Amino acid sequence: MYVAVKGGEKAIANAHKLLAKDRRGDTALPALTLEQIAEQLYLSISRVMAEGSLYDSSLAALAIKQSRGDLIEAIFLLRAYRTTLPRFGYSKPLDTAKMKLRRRISAIYKDLPGGQMLGPTFDYTQRLLDFTLAANEEPSQPDIQTAQIEDDEDKPESTPRVTEMLANDGLMEPDATIDEHHKVGDLTREPLEFPANRDLRLQNLARGDEGFLLALGYSTQRGYGRTHPFAGEIRLGEVEVELYVEELGFDVPLGEITLTECQMINQFAGSSKAPPQFTRGYGLVPGQAERKAMAMALVDRSLRWQELGEDASAPAQDEEFVLSHSDNVQATGFVEHLKLPHYVDFQAELDLIRQLRENWFDQNTPAEDAAQEAAS
Amino acid sequence: MNSNRALSPDMQNRRAAMATCAKASKAALQAAVEAASFTVQEHRIVRPPEIGLVMVRGQIGGTGAPFNLCEATLTRCVVALSDGTTGFGQCLGRDKEKALLCALLDAHWQQESHQQEIEEKIMAPLRTQQQQHDAQKQAETKATKVDFFTMVRGE
Repeated sequence: MYVAVKGGEKAIANAHKLLAKDRRGDTALPALTLEQIAEQLYLSISRVMAEGSLYDSSLAALAIKQSRGDLIEAIFLLRAYRTTLPRFGYSKPLDTAKMKLRRRISAIYKDLPGGQMLGPTFDYTQRLLDFTLAANEEPSQPDIQTAQIEDDEDKPESTPRVTEMLANDGLMEPDATIDEHHKVGDLTREPLEFPANRDLRLQNLARGDEGFLLALGYSTQRGYGRTHPFAGEIRLGEVEVELYVEELGFDVPLGEITLTECQMINQFAGSSKAPPQFTRGYGLVPGQAERKAMAMALVDRSLRWQELGEDASAPAQDEEFVLSHSDNVQATGFVEHLKLPHYVDFQAELDLIRQLRENWFDQNTPAEDAAQEAAS
Repeated sequence: MNSNRALSPDMQNRRAAMATCAKASKAALQAAVEAASFTVQEHRIVRPPEIGLVMVRGQIGGTGAPFNLCEATLTRCVVALSDGTTGFGQCLGRDKEKALLCALLDAHWQQESHQQEIEEKIMAPLRTQQQQHDAQKQAETKATKVDFFTMVRGE
């Protein structure tokens, strides 16, 4: 526990000035513009939007600039900002089948309808530093290739989800439906409670820390709650957002957002609750965030052990452990609060330790003396 | 959630115009309005441009029950022309000028005297731009279409 302290205003003001100076860095160099950050550091923008749970790339760029590139600090800034805005409503559920694809891959079917498109990916790069960038030169503008678009084969309907293909054979569990009267859980309105429904879990994971989810997902692969995952399908692209407007009486299109979706497919030998089939974990993340979407899907699947009648033995299956520790704003708040004054607390600890030591020496000293005598 | 299916063709067209406006950048929208030498009539602001949030929902597994994914910033605005026609503007982001322009275009679009002009001179060029942009992206993406060959495992 910490107690309030007074004073230090001048030191704090000066510290903030120093922070502002350090944030700007060498003034001989031009300042970063928000457009530069949004365009050239888009994957940082994506992470801040996803974990800040606020889709707005220019706000994310501002937050990254202000936080000197500390992404958790930037996420914190977005979370704080959103509390100042009114909520206009809930969108119509997104239809990712209509996504304008910029990437679509599957690790389970090499020839799937609609094909696999690698898109702008780091996969297959050799991870060699590119020193042309270091010289602040751009490699000559890459010669971007295009391919002929065929109306019939390149429309979204021609690229069915892999999961739908398996569902047609009855080999895939159907998508989860929840009772129509179920009120969709919203962490921004009510605190997290256990047991949590899958809708609430997915919201928590979508805004959860990428590093935390990555580590948990990795742990399931290494045997801590095995789920035998395959990357059924990963998609990146743009989807239209619609909002029902009462006065108009229809769903009004608001524009497009970028999303990354991952369908993780898991072997399942069956249990008393469900027959042998493929089951799945789902990942959906705002922006371009493939690693996060995959990790989210792995953890989503692990958390479904109860519904599928599996045994729980691993951290990634422990709903309370996972959902209570995934939020990096909460986590950083509690860890970093340790920096605040704990003077009174610590005084009490000092007194306690002194007393305990006194008691310990009182009890142990004669025994030690006796031992020394015996040894000599 | 099937509220759009029952829409009259006229409302569907209005909705399509709203989609085109929302998707366009402010610069593109302003340029299109300027190029069309479109003049805005006298109007009253019913609800001034206001920035807020929409909670974006996904579906479990892509087609299942809804869940709350993340919020997005949204700006909305309502205007009324002198004959009482109200126009609604709403677009993702925090651009009040753009939301106002969207609302004004929506209001004028509903007037028979302006609808054709707006469709032909503003919406059509914007749609062409947007389709070209999407087609370019799609063609670039398709050039990364991959054919993997499965190798026979060696003895």
